[in-house]
Amino acid sequence: METEKKGFAGFIKRNWLVILTGLVTGAAAVVLSALGNPANMGFCIACFERDIAGALKFHSAGVVQYFRPEIVGLVLGACIMSLIKKEWKPQGGSSPFTRFVLGMLVMIGALVFLGCPLRMVIRIGGGDVNALVGLLGFVVGIVIGTFPLRFGFSLNRAYKQNAFEGLLFPILLVVLFVLSLIPELFAKSTEGPGGMHAPWYAALLIAIVVGALCQRSRLCMAGGVRDVVLFKDFHLIYGFLAIIVAVVIGNLITKSFKFGIADQPIAHTDGIFNFLGMALVGWGSVLLGGCPLRQLILAGEGNSDSAVTVFGFIAGAAVSHNFGLASSAKGIGSGPVLWVLIAGFVILAALSVFNTKRRA
Amino acid sequence: MIDARGLSCPMPVLMVQREVKKNQPKTIEVLVDNMTAVGNITRFAASQHYTVKTEEIDGEYQMTLTK
Repeated sequence: METEKKGFAGFIKRNWLVILTGLVTGAAAVVLSALGNPANMGFCIACFERDIAGALKFHSAGVVQYFRPEIVGLVLGACIMSLIKKEWKPQGGSSPFTRFVLGMLVMIGALVFLGCPLRMVIRIGGGDVNALVGLLGFVVGIVIGTFPLRFGFSLNRAYKQNAFEGLLFPILLVVLFVLSLIPELFAKSTEGPGGMHAPWYAALLIAIVVGALCQRSRLCMAGGVRDVVLFKDFHLIYGFLAIIVAVVIGNLITKSFKFGIADQPIAHTDGIFNFLGMALVGWGSVLLGGCPLRQLILAGEGNSDSAVTVFGFIAGAAVSHNFGLASSAKGIGSGPVLWVLIAGFVILAALSVFNTKRRA
Repeated sequence: MIDARGLSCPMPVLMVQREVKKNQPKTIEVLVDNMTAVGNITRFAASQHYTVKTEEIDGEYQMTLTK
């Protein structure tokens, strides 16, 4: 029998793991930046998948091409931990193509803002005020996304699959990672964000630890805000806050904390697009059932729908860079960014309506 | 019995919330297939003053919420 324990002891008992995960993730982000990753980008699921898309030559933006070991590590950490804890489960078949499209849209929004929800939190911890504008958009997007949930939105059930279906994604990532160590096989930036990276073994090991912790604690940026809105449940958001605390402290120690709007690392100051980009990410993530980080963890746990979603992210990154939709430190992209964002919101609205069965 | 197997987050706990709001039952039985849903439902049930009993059967979790 489980009952609610009151007081501080009860709070710690219920939330210590997600707080620990947040603190470790935040500290890991600062360490990875100190080891060579771009500033305020110790971790960024969107940016790193975009770099992987570049490494695989799905786009040709020369400054963002690198096969990021962090993505492999997060998936492996989740996979190993879920196998140890007997939570690994090959599952799939819940509207995979809808998830692919949602993944593309989330990535397009994230690259307009310049970061996934995790990097948004890391940017906040670095003192980047533009990320607070992004957070506002993210929250608004999530609130919009909770309406279809309340009215019975669902991408339908996933079903048990054979073990290989669940293992294929982690195996593919490991094979690609090994291939990435062969010189000049994959594209690799020599300048720009893609040219800045921690040593591969440090990135891989740190990410395995973070992935394992995220698997245990179910840390999810979108879930944190969503659960507060839907259930007044603050559990996941404590992890979100713990990341900020760890990043602020870490940045103060490494003297990397810089409060302000202008000249923030790999960020632009266009507030409207920061807001709209993250609103698209928030809404899309709620419909997916989790943020980009969470999709990686679920894919590691054997969920092939999340693996499809990750490939949606990668496709979205390629589209973003091939058609001038991705922002850079200089500002928003040269392509039809506003029109694509509007189209993205229309598609999300349509997917929200068509996948909702009104319940009495 | 609420069958929430195979549903993404947060559908399982939303189905429980809907049932609580609609019928305020003394007992709710829920079937889920992952520990994330078990955790979410346990926290929600506690906030609504239900006690929770969870039993694992072949990788699925039978939850009984009682008030």
